[in-house]
Amino acid sequence: MIRQPDPKPDVMRRRDSIVAGLRKLLPESGVIAEPLRLKPYETDGLTAYRQVPLAVALPETTEQVAAILRFCHQNGVRIVPRGAGTSLSGGALPLEDGIVLGMMRMKKILDIDFADRCATVQAGVTNIGITNAVSANNFFYAPDPSSQLACMIGGNVGMNSGGPHCLKYGVTANNLLGLKIVTIEGEIIDIGGAHLDSAGYDWLGLLTGSEGQLAVVTEVTVRILHGPEGARAMLAAFKSNEIAGAAVDAIISSGVIPVALEFMDRPAIHACEEFAHAGYPLDAEAMLIIEVEGSVTEQDILLEKLSDICRRFDPISIRVSQSPEESLAIWKGRKAAFGAVGRISPDYLCMDGTIPTSRLPEVLRRTQEMAAAVNLQVANIFHAGDGNLHPLIMYDANDPASLHKAEVLGADLLKLCVEVGGCLTGEHGVGVEKRDLMHVQFEPHELEQQRRIKSAFDPEWLLNPSKVFPLAEPAVAAAVLPQAA
Amino acid sequence: MTLPATTEDQIAAAVASAVAAREPVHVQGNGTKAGLLRPVQAARTISTAGLSGITLYAPKELIISARAGTPMPEIEATLTEAGQYMIAEPPDLSALLGATGKPQTLGGVVATNLSGPRRVARGAIRDHVMGIRAINGRAELIRSGGRVLKNVTGLDLCKLFTGSYGTLGVITEITLKVLPAAEATGTLVLPGLDAAAGIAAMSAALGSPFDVSAAAWLPAEAVAAMPALDGVSGSAALIRIEEFADSVTYRIGRLRDQFAVPGAVTLGTEASRSVWRDIRDVRPLAPHAQDAVWRVSVRPSAGAKVIDALRPLGAAGFLDWGGGLVWLAGPADAATHLRVEAAARAVGGTWTLLRAPDTLRATVRVIPDEPPALARITREVKAAMDPAGIFNPGRLYADL
Ligand SMILES: Cc1cc2nc3c(=O)[nH]c(=O)nc-3n(C[C@H](O)[C@H](O)[C@H](O)COP(=O)(O)OP(=O)(O)OC[C@H]3O[C@@H](n4cnc5c(N)ncnc54)[C@H](O)[C@@H]3O)c2cc1C
Repeated sequence: MIRQPDPKPDVMRRRDSIVAGLRKLLPESGVIAEPLRLKPYETDGLTAYRQVPLAVALPETTEQVAAILRFCHQNGVRIVPRGAGTSLSGGALPLEDGIVLGMMRMKKILDIDFADRCATVQAGVTNIGITNAVSANNFFYAPDPSSQLACMIGGNVGMNSGGPHCLKYGVTANNLLGLKIVTIEGEIIDIGGAHLDSAGYDWLGLLTGSEGQLAVVTEVTVRILHGPEGARAMLAAFKSNEIAGAAVDAIISSGVIPVALEFMDRPAIHACEEFAHAGYPLDAEAMLIIEVEGSVTEQDILLEKLSDICRRFDPISIRVSQSPEESLAIWKGRKAAFGAVGRISPDYLCMDGTIPTSRLPEVLRRTQEMAAAVNLQVANIFHAGDGNLHPLIMYDANDPASLHKAEVLGADLLKLCVEVGGCLTGEHGVGVEKRDLMHVQFEPHELEQQRRIKSAFDPEWLLNPSKVFPLAEPAVAAAVLPQAA
Repeated sequence: MTLPATTEDQIAAAVASAVAAREPVHVQGNGTKAGLLRPVQAARTISTAGLSGITLYAPKELIISARAGTPMPEIEATLTEAGQYMIAEPPDLSALLGATGKPQTLGGVVATNLSGPRRVARGAIRDHVMGIRAINGRAELIRSGGRVLKNVTGLDLCKLFTGSYGTLGVITEITLKVLPAAEATGTLVLPGLDAAAGIAAMSAALGSPFDVSAAAWLPAEAVAAMPALDGVSGSAALIRIEEFADSVTYRIGRLRDQFAVPGAVTLGTEASRSVWRDIRDVRPLAPHAQDAVWRVSVRPSAGAKVIDALRPLGAAGFLDWGGGLVWLAGPADAATHLRVEAAARAVGGTWTLLRAPDTLRATVRVIPDEPPALARITREVKAAMDPAGIFNPGRLYADL
């Protein structure tokens, strides 16, 4: 169960005056303080944990964000920045004595420049919103988290999010040019711009993935790319995870880096097929979805090379898409994976470790053994090309023992990732979920070093303070959160 | 005093001793880039040159790890043998900075975040540093990232160390993402374009579906000096494709048709490698031996403006990164430097004074000053990493 820091008693006492102070900074509808209307903000994508915040502030401009931060800084009020609240690690979980700074009203596209291949948008624009704004010219914004219809670019920066196509195009950090940030003191700073590689320290890189702990992002300048001439998917099904893992190795070694290389194990195949009727092979133990780009002829050549490689691994079936419609059908199950698993088990934890790809078969085998030992089901759907695993652990939220078991198994799986040379999180962030596992990957003095950098930006630890780092004094962090209904 | 070190522990001990003595340290590898940015005055030197060797190479996982002092030629040779390459194509600046007789080290390349032509399409060195080990100013070993391709666990100190010019700690080991080298390389040479027309062509190429991996514009004198461009006259834009051989032919053909520039020439793999190596290593500016050299990064469409602004002062230049990277050589004086600053600022860009006499380097802004609120954070972060302020004092900013 996750601990939150004790609310500051003086802040709790001053609640009404804090709300009144915020109301002076924002239009009428920009401050929410009524208990009923605070409820939608009590959790994020990690629904197992809930906490109603002190209040919610919904700014529309960078200047309003600056005014709110200045006010909170002066009044010792903690702040949890929030985009769409789709974080799977509890990164946007509120604090009892803190405000939620919701960015959803900052949703303007500010500038699109096709010649210089960049776009500047406010932090509350959705990930897909950027692509939609440029797609008429056949451009797109590359990182494509599965949550892209909802999640916002500010949240993507917060978590350094990735997606299936990041194998070729990189994650959020690799696709940013500039940020407008507001510091806890309310100072507005421009980082980078429309050019590459500013001199001085790489603030763009440090801020990306800093989980709302260093500054609030109000505008983002991203690189936009022209789409390829075309793209096509293929599907290859295998008799075991080991064999599919070996096929992944062979593909990467062949010099062909596909645009996407996704792996699903048997439980995932079955869940997705039942839900999406994508025509997945139910007799397979493991399946790869592989996508290539280029002209039709180029696609043909690459798909033939990839099919040849897969044929060396005694596949159960290989299906090369013959049309855009068939490619969509192949992707359909994968894209619906979370919903599909949600149908078998309404509650699941989506884990997110990364491992060296050579350890894939072993880690998948041990995952199933560990799950079986505690009588839980795990489905695996992940980005195979870069070793980023997403075990989905199914549990029953009505049974506290089941949630507890799932949490323990999740932690054990992440420890396994670190043990084989990987890390605790590949793209979902540490949040509250993995906070207390940080010592598995880092020495105390290394965490202390990171803390000192956070302090350089936010000396009083007002920005999203209970995330990422194990709470300093466990005794003080007493309150155990009520769990999801 | 130079402290010889062949292990991470010895580096840590050298740092501890400098901290105890409160003596500043010049951090370097083989010192090939000592001439970049501001000169460092320090009683001690810690060199990573003795900390050498590849510690892990897993081609199937697209990962290589090496100690900071590993010579780049050793890393490049190892990758080439396995058919892979450094994605960001880092330059060898010895034509510009003078050969020291020693090769540049991996640590130096990472500490300066210098990337070559492929940067515009595939990212900078900082995009490919997956893991770092470094000794901080408390003489502690700090690890960030790891040996996997995706990692968002904690603050990304890899990004902070990369490009920090040794001011935050001594990098001891680095893990990089690498990629399979393409089967073939082709270059479309579009002659007769001035800088502005060259940028328009490069923007169209980089904004095409053909996955262009580099785009540069060279003035006539640079074109004439490149043996591989024999027969091309006047200035030219160069567009590179790296792919399977069939794709190179197809894509170059499509671009050639699209631009329909008279006299367009296509270079094959060997000629392309030679031309892009020269561009990467800034050979076009080598004849300007007495000049100062600047590297200005701007939005690509503004590149020609920067060259135009400096031409009246006798500066020469060429463009990489589709126009976004302006290389300039001009009189090594403060007046010219201020004009470079003004030209970069006018279009919202950034600059680095890459080569100049010590007297000039010590007196001008070799990189832009940060706005006060950010400069304060810079000082705080520097103090968080290097509380005694011993690493490369003054290298980036006079007061840091
Ligand atoms: C069904 C589903 C599928 C998903 N698939 C993927 C996937 O494929 N890849 C992937 O990487 N993630 C995925 N995620 C996780 C999640 O969508 C990402 O982490 C996403 O980037 C979060 O964006 P958000 O707008 O919802 O941010 P939130 O969840 O609201 O916030 C995320 C973090 O960023 C901070 N933050 C938000 N906005 C700002 C700002 N403006 N300034 C400073 N800090 C800010 C918050 O404090 C928090 O720490 C998935 C989630 C779900 C529910």
